[in-house]
Amino acid sequence: MTNQTDSVKWMTIGEAGLTVILAVTVFLSIIAAAKAEDAAYAFHVTLAGFASLASVFVILNRYFERGALPPQEIDGRPNYNFGPIKFATVASVFWGISGFTVGLLIALQLAWPDLNFNLPWTSFGRLRPLHTSAVVFAFGGNVLIATSFFVVQKTCRTRLAGDLAPWFVVLGYNFFIVIAGTGYLLGVTQSKEYAEPEWYADLWLTIVWVTYLLVFLMTLVKRKEPHIFVANWFYLAFIITIAVLHLGNNLALPVSVFGSKSYVAWAGVQDAMFQWWYGHNAVGFFLTAGFLAIMYYFIPKRAERPVYSYRLSIVHFWAIIFLYIWAGPHHLHYSALPDWTQTLGMTFSIMLWMPSWGGMINGLMTLSGAWDKLRTDPVLRMLVVSVAFYGMATFEGPLMSIKVVNSLSHYTDWTIGHVHSGALGWVGFVSFGALYCLVPWLWNRKGLYSLKLVEWHFWIATLGIVLYISAMWVSGILQGLMWRAYTSLGFLEYSFIESVEAMHPFYIIRAAGGGLFLIGALIMAWNLWMTVRVGEAEEGVLSRPGATLQPAE
Amino acid sequence: MSFWSRHQIFEKNSIVLIVGIILVIAIGGIVEIAPLFYLKSTIEAVEGMRPYTPLELAGRNVYVREGCYLCHSQMVRPLRDEVERYGHYSLAAESMYDHPFQWGSKRTGPDLARVGAKYSDEWHVTHLSNPRAIVPQSVMPSYKFLAETPVSTENIADHLSTNRAVGVPYTDDQIVNAVADMKTQADPDNGDTDALLKRYPKSVARNFDGKPGLPTEMDALVAYLQMLGTLVDFKLYNEKANLR
Repeated sequence: MTNQTDSVKWMTIGEAGLTVILAVTVFLSIIAAAKAEDAAYAFHVTLAGFASLASVFVILNRYFERGALPPQEIDGRPNYNFGPIKFATVASVFWGISGFTVGLLIALQLAWPDLNFNLPWTSFGRLRPLHTSAVVFAFGGNVLIATSFFVVQKTCRTRLAGDLAPWFVVLGYNFFIVIAGTGYLLGVTQSKEYAEPEWYADLWLTIVWVTYLLVFLMTLVKRKEPHIFVANWFYLAFIITIAVLHLGNNLALPVSVFGSKSYVAWAGVQDAMFQWWYGHNAVGFFLTAGFLAIMYYFIPKRAERPVYSYRLSIVHFWAIIFLYIWAGPHHLHYSALPDWTQTLGMTFSIMLWMPSWGGMINGLMTLSGAWDKLRTDPVLRMLVVSVAFYGMATFEGPLMSIKVVNSLSHYTDWTIGHVHSGALGWVGFVSFGALYCLVPWLWNRKGLYSLKLVEWHFWIATLGIVLYISAMWVSGILQGLMWRAYTSLGFLEYSFIESVEAMHPFYIIRAAGGGLFLIGALIMAWNLWMTVRVGEAEEGVLSRPGATLQPAE
Repeated sequence: MSFWSRHQIFEKNSIVLIVGIILVIAIGGIVEIAPLFYLKSTIEAVEGMRPYTPLELAGRNVYVREGCYLCHSQMVRPLRDEVERYGHYSLAAESMYDHPFQWGSKRTGPDLARVGAKYSDEWHVTHLSNPRAIVPQSVMPSYKFLAETPVSTENIADHLSTNRAVGVPYTDDQIVNAVADMKTQADPDNGDTDALLKRYPKSVARNFDGKPGLPTEMDALVAYLQMLGTLVDFKLYNEKANLR
């Protein structure tokens, strides 16, 4: 497309509309800040006001600076939109390191409670949601947004839909993270695990998320490939299902539109069911489906082999999204939730083992004929080991969902260990692998700054995970056994506090494991930074990683 | 056309793919959640459940705000050791007015579903201010600041009406007298405790934090802790009638 010298430059509908909406938001924020009933709410609407004002300036400035809009294609090749992806990539590394650091701090607090510092905003109860949200939604979420925007463009061979919309998604999502995170420190929470942000943050996330869905969908709609690539099915299922879960679980009525506190629509047993329908599927769709999409793109790409089996992909996809939704009640075994629901939850959790391992096999067997690369390519090794951890965690999960096993494991550190074998081993490693691929591609570099440093990252982090999960297995099972131990005379053998005391050494080992994992991530951050700063540029104008991907057929 | 090639309809049409995904993910949730709203057996028939007093509700909000649920469950499972350690297993009816529920998922500390009336107010105040003064091995953070923070009373009536809007049966009488009831419960010498008791049977009015003056967040939290698990009279509870 040639540059046309147009006589009149018009604002796009997006630019004009967004400017008006943001200007109105500035005005509304001022009113809300003036009428705010609590300090946290006042702080958040002030932040919203400044963010909107800054966005208005940025949009107008961009409009006056720019010529025509970026073309869809240059010389017959798609003109990929990498700006928002770069931002999300950098954000994911930043939030990852923040989230791991807070995780390390709260692990140390459990070993040495003086580290709570006797202050409201540094106590475990406020920092723990900060840790979980920072690693799941801030780190994981930015990785998912970055990779999904990258993968959907590449596999559809078309520029990302929308002009400002992709930026709105990335910046809006990170603004949500800031509101959520600062809220936790100030005590703003609705106490629903992994859905702690209050009503106004939830509303904002809904707007951002719907835009995310539209950008993704419209990119699929204008694709130049006949087939939608398998990774995109998983991304789509992740985006849609998270929207459904978010709306169902967070339905709440604020006490005042000028205050942060709300009361959730559901009560007691129904609220518990809604919560764990949400909570388990945040794992199932955010931390699994989304990252499986990463597996389906990045492993074939890095190994330079096609996805192992097209048919297995189909079975894997539909089976996993159908079965996962049912598994929530296993978080409520032996609770006041009716038995029929618990039994359904357990049954489907056990069945879930099959599609999970089907997906694992599909990922691992993609290396057929390329296994030798594991010796030479630490990035591919990281990706493959992540799938192995996925297999381990998805075997342990069904095991723990069996009611008799759950009667021992529930409420103990075993659950924490299980989550972290999935979170550190699977989500963490597959994300690191994707970031190691993505950064040279996005910044047009020949390769990473140092593969040696990737080796170090891999081994230090793996050692950290092993320390973490084995400490939690031992402490969890020990805890569970101590609670149910009886003396020969038929009395409970241990008081509760004796079980707390017994945890101390394991809490130290766990913190050491977490510390190693953090060190690994810092090495990665340095490596990625140096890749961008001093890496050799790839020849050619656009970054074109390897051969183009064939649809899985 | 082979079975596998039929799948192309999903791969070649993004809208069909979306519709397929929505249908497939809807089934499990509908089957497991919807019946909980209409099956009568979901919530047991019990005597004694009432909405929280304004002070207890404020205390519950402190409990939520500080993330107590992250280390303390409120759900005694029907297992021999738990029933012996904590008391009668929890009923769904006991959390029927809880927006949101506080069952928890982890026991870094003990279950609190029946902690009410087990310890003295003074024990709670000391323990919350300095856990290791009472339990040397404890890993709980200190919540000293609660005793220094006055609990907000002005919009407590709005909290009650919001709860009513989401289904908690607060009466007009309870909403109108919310502020008075809140002050009375933490300072029984200067209020109408009979009216409080009439509006909220089995409620306990005491100066929970032992300090004169306006009710603090410590008063509110201790009032909440002291009522946990005390409402249902299990001598009258008919287990057989509520078999599910």
